[in-house]
Amino acid sequence: MNAVVARLTAGELLGRRRGVVLVILPAVMLLLAVLARSADEPVKVTILTIVAFSLVVPLLGLVLGTGAIASEIDDGSIVYLLAKPMSRYAIATTKVVVAAAVTVALAAVPTWAAALVLGLSTDVAIAFALAAALAGICYAAVFVLLSVATRSAVVFGLLYALVWEGVVGGFVPGARVLSVQQWALGVAEGVLGPAAAADIGLDAAVGATTGLLLMTGVTLGATWYAGQLLRTLRVTGDG
Amino acid sequence: MSELVLAGVSRWYGNVVAVNDVTMTIGPGITGLLGPNGAGKSTILNMMGGFLAPSAGAVTLDGEVVFKNTDIYRRVGIVPEGEALYDGITGRQFVMANARLQRLPDPAAATAKALDLVDMTAPADRGLATYSKGMKQRVKMATALVHEPDVLLLDEPFNGMDPRQRLHLMDLLRAMAAAGRTVMVSSHILEEVEQIADTIQVLIAGRHAASGDYREIRRLMTERPHQFTIRCSDPRSLASAVIADGSAAGVSVHEDGVDVQAIDVGRFTRLLPRVAREHGVRLHEVTPADESLESVFAYLVARR
Repeated sequence: MNAVVARLTAGELLGRRRGVVLVILPAVMLLLAVLARSADEPVKVTILTIVAFSLVVPLLGLVLGTGAIASEIDDGSIVYLLAKPMSRYAIATTKVVVAAAVTVALAAVPTWAAALVLGLSTDVAIAFALAAALAGICYAAVFVLLSVATRSAVVFGLLYALVWEGVVGGFVPGARVLSVQQWALGVAEGVLGPAAAADIGLDAAVGATTGLLLMTGVTLGATWYAGQLLRTLRVTGDG
Repeated sequence: MSELVLAGVSRWYGNVVAVNDVTMTIGPGITGLLGPNGAGKSTILNMMGGFLAPSAGAVTLDGEVVFKNTDIYRRVGIVPEGEALYDGITGRQFVMANARLQRLPDPAAATAKALDLVDMTAPADRGLATYSKGMKQRVKMATALVHEPDVLLLDEPFNGMDPRQRLHLMDLLRAMAAAGRTVMVSSHILEEVEQIADTIQVLIAGRHAASGDYREIRRLMTERPHQFTIRCSDPRSLASAVIADGSAAGVSVHEDGVDVQAIDVGRFTRLLPRVAREHGVRLHEVTPADESLESVFAYLVARR
């Protein structure tokens, strides 16, 4: 971690137009929650699961994970960080931590609020918020890595977030095991306990322990590998 | 006093050779790295800055390999070509962030000193987004100078500067060189580097085409043979007169004119109107062949 890098990154993430875009997604989720208040409980849970875990959390992770570093790599200003006697892993870790912190704030808190607006129990709200926070951290790390690995991070990230996580991860049986949202929902299921989870129709593809281990592993692995790639990042343009 | 050494350095990307067996030593004073766009200057700068591994050979700073060696940045300052900065902060905050990342004992004092050096003290507390091109360039300089490096690498620093800013930057670089620092400036414009560089390294198509002081480079460039295409009324008699004079190495005659390979351009351009008048030849058009920097460089490479 490096405080100076953290401050610069936070300034870039929250400044300019991105700040506005960032509040739209949680706002849409809350709006949908208000509209779905009178639905049956299983329908409410399904709506919250889809909106939060297939849409809001992965998209916020994408915007923030790439925003934390991709634009700096694109425009070359990353050189101000790289041309310093500083560990590349510290740069990568800081970028992931800042992106993850903002994702958690913007994804977990509205997920919790949306659950309460829907009239779900406090336990369900807390379990979903925790799952959203963990998924947000994992996405932030994955998208920071993607930004360092490719200049088309946003395109690949969108494909991954919407197609894989949204469609494949949500519905295709075998592939569900390899989906961050299923790992996160596994944790939510574990927090609620089998009976309560069955009550609201929550059935994740993996158990809580497996989900937690996979998310931790992916987060740490992606951060480490992003640092590894930063060690050999070409910093200037054409010839 | 620091010395940056490239020993037999090549860099290729797949089948494309970007830099081909370059050996050069960059010592104290100002060195100009001159070459047309796409000649491999950026690749060389990336290798000098430790961001890119040479495919063959080695880049060392005072004997230490620079690639993946983050310790070198205590002694090296890099001014990138790009204009992108962190828009949400002021010039002073930006330079200060660089000073902190260098872990300087007194970042505030170092920041003030660097800003003063580039004459940016007055606008230092304005947002970076409000700066003009020249101001951004100077703040970039300040970020690279804040830790008082022995080696300064600048990528096309004069791009987009007005003449006054250019002179100011040249003075600044000369002062650094006079203090015994090693300064390297890349550029694609000879006139730019010859005004400040003690030594010029010419790079063309990834190869080290020439090196020396600017007078030597200038002489190589002006003494090369020049190609002229001449349209005239009587190509045969003009051709024989030009050959007889001896200022041309080769003449080829075609339907409505001649192509001349002049050895001594000055002499040839004085001779041509006189010979034409003497032989009653009417000159319709005299065109010097491609005078672009690329053709000048191409000549330098072909010489080797």
